[in-house]
Amino acid sequence: MSPPDLVRFAFTAVLGHRLRSALTLLGVGIGVTAVVLLTALGEGARLYVTRQFAALGTNLLIVLPGRTETSGIAPLVGGTPRDLTLQDAEAILRRAPRVRRIAPLAVGSARVGYRERRREVTVLGSTADLLEVRRLSVGIGRFLPPLDLSRGAPVAVIGPTVQRELFRTENPLGRPIRVGDARFRVIGVLSGKGESLGVDMDDVVIVPVASGMALFNQTSLFRILIEVRAHPEIEAARLEVLRILTARHDDVEDVTVLTQDAVLSAFNRILGALTLALGGIAAISLSVAGLGIMNVMLVAVSERTSEIGLMKALGAAPGGIQRVFLMEATLLSAAGGFLGLAVGYAGAAVMAHFLPALPASPPLWAVAAALLVAGGSGLLFGVLPARRAARLDPVAALSRR
Amino acid sequence: MIALSGLTRHYQVGDQMVRALQDVSLEIPDGDYLAIMGPSGSGKSTLLHLLGCLDRPTSGSYRLDGREVATLPEGDLAAVRGRTIGFVFQFFHLVPRLTAAGNVELPMLLGDVPAGERRRRAAQALEQVGLSDRADHRPDQLSGGQRQRVAVARATVMRPSILLADEPTGNLDRASGQEIIALLEQMNRDGLTLIVVTHDPEIGSRARRVVRLVDGRIVHDGAPGVTQR
Repeated sequence: MSPPDLVRFAFTAVLGHRLRSALTLLGVGIGVTAVVLLTALGEGARLYVTRQFAALGTNLLIVLPGRTETSGIAPLVGGTPRDLTLQDAEAILRRAPRVRRIAPLAVGSARVGYRERRREVTVLGSTADLLEVRRLSVGIGRFLPPLDLSRGAPVAVIGPTVQRELFRTENPLGRPIRVGDARFRVIGVLSGKGESLGVDMDDVVIVPVASGMALFNQTSLFRILIEVRAHPEIEAARLEVLRILTARHDDVEDVTVLTQDAVLSAFNRILGALTLALGGIAAISLSVAGLGIMNVMLVAVSERTSEIGLMKALGAAPGGIQRVFLMEATLLSAAGGFLGLAVGYAGAAVMAHFLPALPASPPLWAVAAALLVAGGSGLLFGVLPARRAARLDPVAALSRR
Repeated sequence: MIALSGLTRHYQVGDQMVRALQDVSLEIPDGDYLAIMGPSGSGKSTLLHLLGCLDRPTSGSYRLDGREVATLPEGDLAAVRGRTIGFVFQFFHLVPRLTAAGNVELPMLLGDVPAGERRRRAAQALEQVGLSDRADHRPDQLSGGQRQRVAVARATVMRPSILLADEPTGNLDRASGQEIIALLEQMNRDGLTLIVVTHDPEIGSRARRVVRLVDGRIVHDGAPGVTQR
């Protein structure tokens, strides 16, 4: 039989027992649906985490003073590391073309008060660009104004927790607060962001970086956050920043420049493995569906014994008979595969609709693998019944009615 | 031209050896009209299966058109069946999900005849058996006689040289049976070797030659008139 004839003939045979075919198809369909949906979930989780990191800025470089030695042994030369100064921060912004924004960060803890209410709060000294670099957003009022790095100003932006604790229902805008010994005027309130990179951004007071350093009598910055223009350039930017700072520090490499990528790729690997595991579990149901195909094909062979005998009498060689039944099994599994694909994609779309945060879309490799396994199991599990059909003795087969 | 010599077919049923055919020698020239008769269990079906290359003898020789086929491998045997032999069965053996035309096309489908030619030849074969208007009917929409006529069309569509009919009227009423016999005899007049297995003496008596089997042996081979019992 020529291939198109074979397909057509097998198709009429599959249609010959509709309910049985439909049930088998459903079995394969459920298997493929499971693979598509579960891998979509896993992939969704991976993308979700990636995006959370992106929300912090995957283009982020973090400069910290001192050299972090993984060996745990303090550097022998250089003694105490040089301060990470505002001039260093300025130099980075001026001389590193791959850097888009920087936000120097001074951190301290101070007692913050308004009238009789006081609260111990983390105080961040930074610049206007912190808003963009850390993807913060302002609820009411405005963020720090753009100032020269070295100029302080008696203005502060407070987190929503601070607002609630100090001002209750009062409008904080324009009100004076005490931070340590200094006075600041509240110009804005952050909208809630929750914890990010270990700091509860709802419970902070942000002041201009020079004011912050003066407040805590610091000569060194705590961190410099750097936003790189493009993600692919992040490693080049890291080396650039390191070179600039090393040059400024008398050719001693006494700062550490970290990327977020290292952390992110670890997460990626873990969640990728999770997706693979979920896909594997779903594949088990697919192999069960393969057994269903085998069962149905065995029934078909015994039911159509006399037809097989007839085909032999009409000149069909054993190979030809085997191909007919293999084609039937493959048709069943392929149709089930496509059904499962359709349902799986629909399910993923529904999931994405109701859980927009979880971008559930099945990875292509999983879809390809599911279809391949479905088609393959049809072939594999079809072999036994097909061979049984091919080996039937024509005389015995014909005597069955 | 069929030449059987010393053909024997034994098979094992449980611990008993059944000698279905013993030392059968027979020559059937092209275009002959032969009836194989005998009581049930006499080996006539076994003989038909051997003639139709559906079965292989335990020993002996079967030469078909000068070629020894008794020892051919299954694949070659299938090809011989497809090209040289047409079968008509007592229970029609039509494929229920295929139309009359589809059933007639089946041997051509298996024989890799191109689709266009298949349709043309199937229509022609159905016309020959007077069923052109039933081409699109499924077997369950046809009467017994019509079904057997579809089977005859299917058996002859590959233009075989031998037509084997196993009790072709056994499942039909008298009138339909006679129509089928007339149809088969027409095919025989057109040059086909016709071999009919039957226990119906009336049908047997119409053949040019009757071979009578008892217990796996030929007890009579000759003109039907001479047959007793």
